[in-house]
Amino acid sequence: MEERDDIIEYSLYNHHDEAEGKKIRKKIWKVTLILSLVTIFEVLCGMYVKQGDSISWLAIKVIFIVLTVVKAAYIVLTFMHLGDEKKIFKWIVLLPYLIFMVYLIFIGLSEGAALFPRMH
Amino acid sequence: MSGHASNEMRANVGWTGKGSPFSIGYGKIMMWFFLVSDALTFGGFLVAFGLTRYSYGGAWPIGEETFDALPFLSGSYPLAYVALMTFILIISSVTIVLGVEAGHRMDRRGVTKWLFATIVGGLVFIGSQAWEWSHFIHGTNFGRVEISDGSTATVKGKFGEIQNFEIVRPGSHYQGVGEKITNANITAEDGDLMHAFQHAAAKRKLSGTAGAMMITLHDGTVAKVNKEADKDLQLIVKVPGNEYAVSSADDESTRIHEDEGSVELYYEALAKGNVVYGANLHENEYGPQTYGHFFFFVTGFHGFHVSIGIMLMIVVFINVLKGTYEKRGHYEMVEKVGLYWHFVDLVWVFVFTFFYLI
Repeated sequence: MEERDDIIEYSLYNHHDEAEGKKIRKKIWKVTLILSLVTIFEVLCGMYVKQGDSISWLAIKVIFIVLTVVKAAYIVLTFMHLGDEKKIFKWIVLLPYLIFMVYLIFIGLSEGAALFPRMH
Repeated sequence: MSGHASNEMRANVGWTGKGSPFSIGYGKIMMWFFLVSDALTFGGFLVAFGLTRYSYGGAWPIGEETFDALPFLSGSYPLAYVALMTFILIISSVTIVLGVEAGHRMDRRGVTKWLFATIVGGLVFIGSQAWEWSHFIHGTNFGRVEISDGSTATVKGKFGEIQNFEIVRPGSHYQGVGEKITNANITAEDGDLMHAFQHAAAKRKLSGTAGAMMITLHDGTVAKVNKEADKDLQLIVKVPGNEYAVSSADDESTRIHEDEGSVELYYEALAKGNVVYGANLHENEYGPQTYGHFFFFVTGFHGFHVSIGIMLMIVVFINVLKGTYEKRGHYEMVEKVGLYWHFVDLVWVFVFTFFYLI
């Protein structure tokens, strides 16, 4: 492979050996297990608690949303290796997205609440 | 992992364009920025979905009731197929991560193996989604009815099998009073007994009462419908009418049961043509019009991304086989396509939670 003198090819220096690889693979399987258990838990909850106006359904909804965000965090930080990148890059990717989403969800709920009485 | 060798390189980084920010190649940075923008798009769709869904309240379908079919099997398996699809997609995310790890060791065979497994997982997912769409469009045996008091109800229970149509007055194709039309001697135009029955119902060509229905076929033949009785037919009221209130999801006793006349009400609605089967561009049997619109749009937009991902992975796979990345000295392209694939998986996790579960 030719070394270029006009750009730095960072990936050329990001290799690891088999010993490192074993440790990394172990972590990958561990995260896979966590994601599977969380999903199974969510599906079981969905099967046993019926939708409706009960407090248990409200609790289940909150649990679903929290668990989904937890799953997303695991996927982004470990599978997508964002956790291994420089801290500043992590924040450049996550912060605008989180600000935007939190605001969007807030305004969605507010506007939805304002619309709801008018639609029925 | 990334950037650990970058401290020596940092001395070289300036404004000459040699280095890139954050010690990551520009290609990866741009893939991340694209994923943030796409994630915002999907986030927007999901919030719009949430807003709309919330405004419909009890009329909106419940995931477990709508999605309870498995291919090749009859019976009710709430959300089983969708859970399987989620699992397959998450596993395909795992295989691509393992492929990226293999790439970091320049293990060409490992990359080939894991990338191939990811492509297969993606194809299984998109095939399953296609089956879900086709099943959604085709609809259930019962459909959705508008019953006599003006309320709208979906139906649960076991649809009694149609055995035959007994000719009462022959038309241009079928001859012989008293002869029986079965799936063996029905015309191709009519399809099969079930399709002919549903067609007739939707077009007001059924008449009579439960247990004694008459059907008028395409060619004008009038026949008696001989079918087994339905088992445990329950009407789930979605939109209230003059007499019936909305059935609540957590209390099955609020549905209309057989002892409350559900069978009579159902066939009365069929005889009046007040039935919707499956889904089309105008209406669907599961709920309000927007339900169909959102289902196809959100899962379709996601499925479109999955398809693009599969195509990109195939291109990268061909390059892995050709040795392009061995020559290059790194498998960063596999990593970039892996980022895209993880994004697709992430979106599905959110769609699954908000569309099917909640």
